[in-house]
Amino acid sequence: MTRQINRLDSWGRIDRSKPLTFSFDGTSYEGYEGDTLASALLANGVSLVGRSFKYHRPRGIFSAGPEEPNALVALRPGARQEPNTRATVVELYDGLVAESQNRWPNLKWDIQALNQVIAPFIPAGFYYKTFMGPFANTKLWMQFEKAIRNAAGMGTGTMAADPDQYDRSSAHCDVLVIGAGPAGLSAAQSAADCGARVILIDENPVLGGRLLKERDEIDGAPASDWVSKITNELEANPKVKILTRTQAFGYYDQNMIGAIEKVADHYPEPPAHTPRQRWWRLRAKQVVLAVGALEQPLVFGNNDRPGIMLAGAARTYLNEFGVLVGRNAIVFANNDDAYRTAFDLVAAGGFVSTIVDPRTSPGSAVKHQAEALGIKVLTEHAILNTHGHFALQSVSIAPIDDPASSFDQACDLLVMSGGWQPAVHLSSQTGARPVWDGDLNSFLPGTPRQAQFNAGAAAGQFSLHACLTEGLTRGAEAARAAGFSTGKTWTVPSVALEQPAQTEPYWEAPDPIFGHPKKFVDHQDDVAASDIQLAHREGYISVEHLKRYTTLGMGTDQGKTSNITGLAIMANLRGEPIEKVGTTTFRPPYTPISIGVMGGSERGQQYKPRRRSPMHDWHDDQGCEWVPAGLWDRPRYYPKTAQEGLQEAYIRETKATRGSVGICDVTTLGKIDIQGPDAAEFLNRIYTNGFAKLPVGKARYGVMLREDGQVYDDGTTSRLSETHFVMTTTTAHAVSVMAKIEFYLQAVWPDLRVKATSVTEQYAAIAVAGPKSRDVLSKVLDQDLTDAAFPFMACGPCKTSDGIPGRLFRISFSGEMAYEINVPSDYGQQVWDALMAAGAEFDITPYGLEALGNMRIEKGHVAGSELDGRTTAQDLGLEKMLSTKKDFLGKALAYREGFVAEGRKKLVGLVPTDGKSSLPNGSQIIEVSDKSATPPIPMLGHVTANGFSPELNTPIALALLKDGMAREGDTILVTFPLRGIEVPARVTSPHFVDPEGKRQHG
Amino acid sequence: MFRFTCPYCGERDVLEFTYGGDATVETPDLAAGEDAWFDAVYQRENPRGPHLEFWHHSAGCRQWIRVRRDTLTHEVLATGPAIGAMSDEEGHTETEKGTNS
Repeated sequence: MTRQINRLDSWGRIDRSKPLTFSFDGTSYEGYEGDTLASALLANGVSLVGRSFKYHRPRGIFSAGPEEPNALVALRPGARQEPNTRATVVELYDGLVAESQNRWPNLKWDIQALNQVIAPFIPAGFYYKTFMGPFANTKLWMQFEKAIRNAAGMGTGTMAADPDQYDRSSAHCDVLVIGAGPAGLSAAQSAADCGARVILIDENPVLGGRLLKERDEIDGAPASDWVSKITNELEANPKVKILTRTQAFGYYDQNMIGAIEKVADHYPEPPAHTPRQRWWRLRAKQVVLAVGALEQPLVFGNNDRPGIMLAGAARTYLNEFGVLVGRNAIVFANNDDAYRTAFDLVAAGGFVSTIVDPRTSPGSAVKHQAEALGIKVLTEHAILNTHGHFALQSVSIAPIDDPASSFDQACDLLVMSGGWQPAVHLSSQTGARPVWDGDLNSFLPGTPRQAQFNAGAAAGQFSLHACLTEGLTRGAEAARAAGFSTGKTWTVPSVALEQPAQTEPYWEAPDPIFGHPKKFVDHQDDVAASDIQLAHREGYISVEHLKRYTTLGMGTDQGKTSNITGLAIMANLRGEPIEKVGTTTFRPPYTPISIGVMGGSERGQQYKPRRRSPMHDWHDDQGCEWVPAGLWDRPRYYPKTAQEGLQEAYIRETKATRGSVGICDVTTLGKIDIQGPDAAEFLNRIYTNGFAKLPVGKARYGVMLREDGQVYDDGTTSRLSETHFVMTTTTAHAVSVMAKIEFYLQAVWPDLRVKATSVTEQYAAIAVAGPKSRDVLSKVLDQDLTDAAFPFMACGPCKTSDGIPGRLFRISFSGEMAYEINVPSDYGQQVWDALMAAGAEFDITPYGLEALGNMRIEKGHVAGSELDGRTTAQDLGLEKMLSTKKDFLGKALAYREGFVAEGRKKLVGLVPTDGKSSLPNGSQIIEVSDKSATPPIPMLGHVTANGFSPELNTPIALALLKDGMAREGDTILVTFPLRGIEVPARVTSPHFVDPEGKRQHG
Repeated sequence: MFRFTCPYCGERDVLEFTYGGDATVETPDLAAGEDAWFDAVYQRENPRGPHLEFWHHSAGCRQWIRVRRDTLTHEVLATGPAIGAMSDEEGHTETEKGTNS
């Protein structure tokens, strides 16, 4: 284990009494509690942490926060591995395992670093260019795509299932404060003092924000004392909720903030009963965005070497983590703030040789302080190039207008700052346009579109005093806007006042005299200033196009440290002010969020619950094969032996039912209870056929159309009394038919006195079908089931011999004499058992969905595959169901020109001419004479359902065929080219078995 | 993520509702001819600004309600029952406003 060579003995807020062990690329290191992975790596002198996206250049840690473009690692081993994790926001824990990415065979010797050599040949938009010019029509782009995808890269995810739990939660408050730096803490304080319910969230494990990363004093004591005081006050207030480790990632309509709480990311694996992460939907009357600002880099030659980082980041590593990231530093900055880094480094025992400042006049206070510390301040100078490989060795400095006078200066650390940009992301997501402030050289959030206030650095108030003042004010304003106020006034804590000189834009340093080193703008995507120039030369003038062409800002960091610089360079090229060029659109999420947390607890059955019939366990005990029908599980078939497959089983079940008696669980069919004086009139309007005169005690088959005239659903509806009907729907449409009925009753015909209630789950439904069905039912029910007493299509209340009440319907889907019995769900299994016992002497056979479907095909009954939303009643042979004596829903459009035109595809039956070959569902139908014709070949229709008729001893199918039954007797060709199937088949009536329908009458 | 004030239940999350189409379209009488039904089924305005929509409180009270929503800003301007006054219209009564407060 190596020593923490860059760790200071006393500095920072880490807990030196709690050492932690971790490994990076297989080497073991030590850090402390309070470290991030990045700070611990830097403490151990690990400066090379990754390879860049395109050129595989060595990269180091660039920032100290969520904006990190370079230090992306694969975190954790095994199924918990998470690629592309920013080392700068990973809290260190004992046993942490991380690996570098996008390198082979290892980080130091990465073969694809050769990409740098061919860099001139793979410019911006290279991939798009392979579509044109010399490569046009060669399909070479496909090869390039493969190569690019291989070489360019982020980490790879694990294929193992995520073993952890994720959670979702919602919370409401009066004032939501995002960010717990000086402005956010002050805002939470004043809002809470007003009596508002406050939620304060911050991405870090402890509150304090930037105050923990600086050496500021508040009220004459370290700022952390003030942070503790305010934190204690807020924690003691029952109306305040504090969420740490919580990143607000999206700002949505009606003041809703999406946030991810990293509940257990700081453990090797989540403790028992703890989710790894929690997704918060926070809804606030008012939102205070105190989200701070992001420091921007400068653009100069080879500005991406390990050892080059943001000035504020170097301060963070020193003041928060006690890590001195370099012993011999140079500062390159266009603002006074970065001078603080030099002062802090010196105070901690480091050496800073030079501050390079392109401005003419830095703030006199900082300049004098620097000179007093022996630091050379070079104004109107810039860094043009850097040298070194895996570590920085020296930089080339020159006057900004005289690159020829460049000289080299040795260093092991270069900190840079192009100024701070308010984090306008969340605000901009609401549609508020960021506004350019020329004095501040930054974009401000702009006029809010939501009930929102901006405070602190997020609003361009960069001094500590302004943050504290504005925080208190905005917090109180937000509380007042939410309806809370207090007479209390707040004293702004006393802090040192700063008089910084203006930050001056300095977007791009000139090239050195020799060579054109890459000047990176977007470090994550390897987009250099030259790429932006190229895009401009090629005519890309919109920033949105620039972004997509060069991939600027399209990495996982979404350009937090590159967008502004990129568009400033674009603006310069166009000769226009930056505000004219504008920004690209900001979209959620602000930082990457895991797919796992988006799913939350909705995984597996929590995502897709299984609906079970009351007889589910019985079917399962029989070893049935299940098939999903919507959310329902339905038995597909019941294999009699381990060897019996689907085909044998459903044919056996079909034969048994038609030969004696079968039993089927039909609970899944939709059941809607319809009651009221106008119930008959209502049904008469929504069904195509008449229901007004349906006698009590009778069931009737009904067809519903959609408003556009196509067939919607079918089923039987039974009249239990003058004012009481029970409707059945298909399983598939049970939910939507119910909603439609509610719509017409509530919104269209409110005068009808009708109530409808879904009772699908209240009743178990069992079909008993076959010539022996009456014999079975007679043994179970105490009633006369003779044709005279209970004929075909009769319905009514019934009671089993052990007293279970139910409803009996003599309806048939199979075409056999059949009954359907509905009993309250809790009695379903008992009645099923009784029927099985009663049927034993007739060898009663349970049949599944496959046999059910097969028998309906034999009968030519239409079902879901024919009711596909493109068929009319006429297409399906249901024209007689369309009443001419009344109006009904869908009638007005059912006879439109196209619906009654010649040549429509209509329902027919098909039988293979060889009597053996099956006719797969979805097969296309063509003329036999077109078998070898040149495409395109006219498609005459398709097979909608197929099965096997034991009675006819042949495969059969239903199909929608052009001209329908006019083709009866013709031979056509059923084709399924993907499976190499071509079967000649004869067109027949769709009614294969018992076409006169005699059997159902008994 | 919207919240709607259901006239029967009060303010509820959009997840409880199902979108139900353009509420400015009046369903014609069943006896109305092909033209009237054609217009009702197919002809839709696509307004930029306030628009009236049907929503079904499908995971709530099962009532169809109407929502006036600004298609440009996503702002929910008013809600009301399937038939009757919207909350921003004259004739709207307090009893329609929600019963859970």
